[in-house]
Amino acid sequence: MSIVSLEHIHKSYGDNPVLRDISISVDKGEVVGIIGPSGGGKSTLLRCATLLEHFDSGSLTYDDIVVAKNDAQGKAEYAGKDAIKRAKSKFGLVFQNFNLFSHYTVMRNITEPPQVVQGRSKDEVYAQAKKLISQMGLEGKEDMVPCDLSGGQQQRVAIARALCMNPEILYFDEPTSALDPELTQEVLRVIRGLADQHMTMVIVTHEMNFARDVADRVVFMDGGVIVEEGPAKQVIEHPQKKRTQDFLRTYEG
Amino acid sequence: MSFVSLMSQLGEGFIATLQVFFLTLLGALPLGLVVAFLRMNHLGFHIGKRKIRPISLITQFYISVMRGTPLMLQLLVVYFAPYYVFGMQLSDTSRFTAVIIAFILNYAAYYAEIYRSGIQGVPKGQYEAAEVLGYTRSQTFFRIIFPQMVKRILPPMTNEIVTLIKDTSLAFAVGFVEMFTVARSISNSQRSLMAFFAAAIIYYVANLLIAWIMGRFEKKLSYYHD
Repeated sequence: MSIVSLEHIHKSYGDNPVLRDISISVDKGEVVGIIGPSGGGKSTLLRCATLLEHFDSGSLTYDDIVVAKNDAQGKAEYAGKDAIKRAKSKFGLVFQNFNLFSHYTVMRNITEPPQVVQGRSKDEVYAQAKKLISQMGLEGKEDMVPCDLSGGQQQRVAIARALCMNPEILYFDEPTSALDPELTQEVLRVIRGLADQHMTMVIVTHEMNFARDVADRVVFMDGGVIVEEGPAKQVIEHPQKKRTQDFLRTYEG
Repeated sequence: MSFVSLMSQLGEGFIATLQVFFLTLLGALPLGLVVAFLRMNHLGFHIGKRKIRPISLITQFYISVMRGTPLMLQLLVVYFAPYYVFGMQLSDTSRFTAVIIAFILNYAAYYAEIYRSGIQGVPKGQYEAAEVLGYTRSQTFFRIIFPQMVKRILPPMTNEIVTLIKDTSLAFAVGFVEMFTVARSISNSQRSLMAFFAAAIIYYVANLLIAWIMGRFEKKLSYYHD
């Protein structure tokens, strides 16, 4: 049973198509890596899955919640507030630029959303936040504000913030693209740890070795379509399509 | 005239000045936020490729009139309009009312633009993070955007608040008695500049105090940046 399922997604910006008939679904416990050149539609796909953008046609479901489906004219029709709200509780998103709330401390960044959005008790949320902070290696940073942390630390706070909402699936939009190589490793280590705990994840990344090692399945996107997909090792080490081969060749070096 | 009686007369006038000042702030600070929202409102319809946003357009017109014409002229219009347009009798309280209404309408326009710049300066990622986490629009605004906006607008707000103290002197145009009116009449009758100097010092000290208080706020919010 898939947690999320996107079917026949089309989206254009004006006359410029960015997603052309994309279908993808993710099963519980699965780690999916999405790779491909910039402008190939990877980020747009994540933004559509996380409802930051609406697609033009296609369908989106989380578990049994139909978030959007085509109407009689073949245009995507989105569900009402209530269904959207329930769908949003299913996923978390980690941004390339972290997007931590800059006026909040680390602790408040992690603990406010569950209290405000899910109405959970302060004690319970704090207990979970403390566990997450130690899991992310952020002990001692609780009262610091994002601007006093390194990029790698900020990204780990962002991961903790997303996890504290207990999502069923976690999306990563190029989580290390804004980081130095050194800081990249500490963030990748954390994501690897989550994969070991069988967290369901979709990771848009340019780190090919990481995608090969951590993902169960890799999807190669270019020009708004899924060019190739399959087991991570197979796609990255023995790509079948020429476009995938050309793209991966640019990473050997 | 003794220094003490000069100061006590000016002091009485200064109380009226402060009344105008605080009532204007009380009205214009929240009204400015409403105006900013109307200005940023996206409601509208398309004509061809162009989107027409009537609410925003009307608000932009209001702001441009308030900024593009003298406050003194606006004061006179607000004061005399009930008489010329509706034939109502003007009284002493109508001076005060006119001053407060004109000041609030004028300052709300300036504050609105300051709010707008502050709101638009908050990075888009802050909205997106809140949206993905499931914050409602009002939760996003009051918890995430508003506090960060306040930090951004403090320096320009200080400017406008300092200007407001000085602008209260324009109320003399409709014969409302505040400190400047008092200083002018003392100066006329005494044939001396003393009263003007004394009034200048009071304005100056009041604005020093405002700048100091606003500086404290700025410092308090300097614990973070984005």
